[in-house]
Amino acid sequence: MRHIIAVLMENEAGALSRVVGLFSQRNFNIETLNVAPTEDPTLSRLTVTTTGNDRVIEQITKQLNKLIEVVKLVDLTDGDHIEREMMLIKLKAAGQHRDEIKRTVDIFRGQIVDVTSSVYTVQLTGDQPKLDAFINAIGESYVLETVRSGVSGIARGEKVLSI
Amino acid sequence: MLLAEEYIVEMLSGAEMVIRSLQDEGVEYIYGYPGGSVLHIYDALFQQDKVKHVLVRHEQAATHMADAYARASGKPGVVFVTSGPGATNAVTGIATAYMDSIPMVVISGQVMSHLIGEDAFQETDILGVSRPVVKHNFAIKDAKDIPETIKKAFYVASTGRPGPVVVDIPKDMTAPTDKFEYNYPAQVEMRSYNPATRGHSGQIKKAMDMMVAAKRPVILVGGGTIGGRASEVVTELAQKMNFPVSTTLMGLGGYPASDRQWLGMPGMHGSYEANMALHHADLILSLGARFDDRVTNATEKFCPTARVIHVDIDPSSISKTIAADVPIVGPTKSVATEMLSLLAKSKTSPDKSALADWWGQIDQWRQRHGGRYDTHADGLLKPQQVIEAVHKVTNGDAYVCSDVGQHQMFAAQYYKFDKPNRWINSGGLGTMGFGFPAAMGVKLHYPDAEVVCVTGEGSFQMNLQELSTCSQYGLPVKIICLNNGSLGMVRQWQDMNYESRHSQSYMESLPDFEKLAAAYGHEAITVANEAELMPALEKAFAMKDKLVFMNILVDANEHVYPMQVPKASMRDMWLSKSERT
Repeated sequence: MRHIIAVLMENEAGALSRVVGLFSQRNFNIETLNVAPTEDPTLSRLTVTTTGNDRVIEQITKQLNKLIEVVKLVDLTDGDHIEREMMLIKLKAAGQHRDEIKRTVDIFRGQIVDVTSSVYTVQLTGDQPKLDAFINAIGESYVLETVRSGVSGIARGEKVLSI
Repeated sequence: MLLAEEYIVEMLSGAEMVIRSLQDEGVEYIYGYPGGSVLHIYDALFQQDKVKHVLVRHEQAATHMADAYARASGKPGVVFVTSGPGATNAVTGIATAYMDSIPMVVISGQVMSHLIGEDAFQETDILGVSRPVVKHNFAIKDAKDIPETIKKAFYVASTGRPGPVVVDIPKDMTAPTDKFEYNYPAQVEMRSYNPATRGHSGQIKKAMDMMVAAKRPVILVGGGTIGGRASEVVTELAQKMNFPVSTTLMGLGGYPASDRQWLGMPGMHGSYEANMALHHADLILSLGARFDDRVTNATEKFCPTARVIHVDIDPSSISKTIAADVPIVGPTKSVATEMLSLLAKSKTSPDKSALADWWGQIDQWRQRHGGRYDTHADGLLKPQQVIEAVHKVTNGDAYVCSDVGQHQMFAAQYYKFDKPNRWINSGGLGTMGFGFPAAMGVKLHYPDAEVVCVTGEGSFQMNLQELSTCSQYGLPVKIICLNNGSLGMVRQWQDMNYESRHSQSYMESLPDFEKLAAAYGHEAITVANEAELMPALEKAFAMKDKLVFMNILVDANEHVYPMQVPKASMRDMWLSKSERT
């Protein structure tokens, strides 16, 4: 099963490499990973999506917690949560397809953030299936380049991950 | 005047702060080897005499000495190495300590800050290299952080589940010309590191209820009982409950082996009765054991009727391989103490008649194998009888530091440990070359104690250069080399699984060990048969001030038994070359 684990850790050199090293060392999966400082500059927040059965996920959370620089973590998939991923995608947009691509971007509520006579660069935010669906709708033959941020997540309601 | 005195601050260089921090930490010995990046530190070391330094002949030996000191004393061992090869040579020893949860602080020199990343001379990213085998590591980025970082290193290494910590210090951070205000913190706090200090009372209560109701219980004592200094209270608990006790390889001595309730070691080379009892148990109380693959055999077939109470200070050890019915995160000592006080207050007591039946069954199992071995092999000495003789001559009271292989298993099986912290071996990593420097580390701190290194001619040759260190510091350890002219455990597996194709397990061109020992100024005795054994051992142990290398020629065809059948349950064992359960 897929899990989204959000981790607060010390914003120190080497902390990220410990997390990434842990996953490869213990044969855990990483599907996506993103990390950035939080409003508290001493803390970074890392979001990792991973897959595994309950036993594996329990080990992942325990092993992460064991890292000295990990302050706190939560498995967002344990409760209601919001997940988003941001994609920048460069599309061939010439001739008769140019309008069709624009319409598809609008349907998916994307934004065209850069334009040339033959290329649209689109920004699109959503959960992973939405981004995948957009690429399918456009057709892979029109895709020149994609960059995806990896999943970010946050719990719904009152619950917060903070120290 | 008074005011002025109050404001006296000590200004020290980074190198001086390293040494002063270790002094203030109460460190007595450092094991190490100098080199370019640590020259400033070694110069500061030279100018004081509080902290003593032991110069090894290879950095790996320094880590094993520090490790064994920690195992025997409970205090973290300290190592100095230089950058690059100095640090990489230490990695095997760091990994050894990591696998067995041994507190250690390794201070490694690093090339100057401005050279880091430029492939400078003797540069290695030791933080990256050591990361998977340390509890934590620190890089010094500002010299004034040295005291606090060293304090943190000791704190992290020795609390919670202990482990090795590396502190990497670039050479410019220790420059003698740059002075800083020195202040060694009395304690440190880290918001992200809060090890458990006691178990959850509700869980302990639940565990106690299960224990009182158990009909076929076994207590499994692991390294956490040894490292956590919990043997006394664990022994009391076991005896009050009248529960049988099995001690893992890392837990030997955690419960007295001469006591009736001791079953022996579990697992691959565990005793018949320990493995049978565990297999048939209805309750396993694990105190600081981690159910590793050498204990459980096939996890899906492990102890089918047992419920498991798993006490461990490290939550990630619980339900890692064997699902726990009652997980208890906390130090073994405090949890066992709380169990004892619950028992004292409890109106119910263990099920006497069920336990009587259980002990009856266990006593029958004891008759079946009972650690027997064949002693009639063409007059050749059996390794088992050598260990038994060593036990006799040392009154079972020696520190036994083992290398890795058949001799390690024989020592674990036949040197019956009654006390904790006396059995010192590389259980998790299985590091050949560990035993001899380990014995040196123990002997240095316990000069009056009998310290034995049980080794083989294979393992010994992995760190024999330390014979020189022993001459320099006068470390009269007794080396019991069970010489079978082959890598015994490899050979055993080749006999059992590869139709005796002894691929690279035969040791040709062994040195003349007597001449080798003599070259370093040590004594040596070769023993070739049973008649010579006891007199030779007595002679060796009578030479209190001499390192004696005992070259004991043993039967190369001997195998370690019992041996569990791979991928099977706990009760599936070979009991001899021809007998299977």
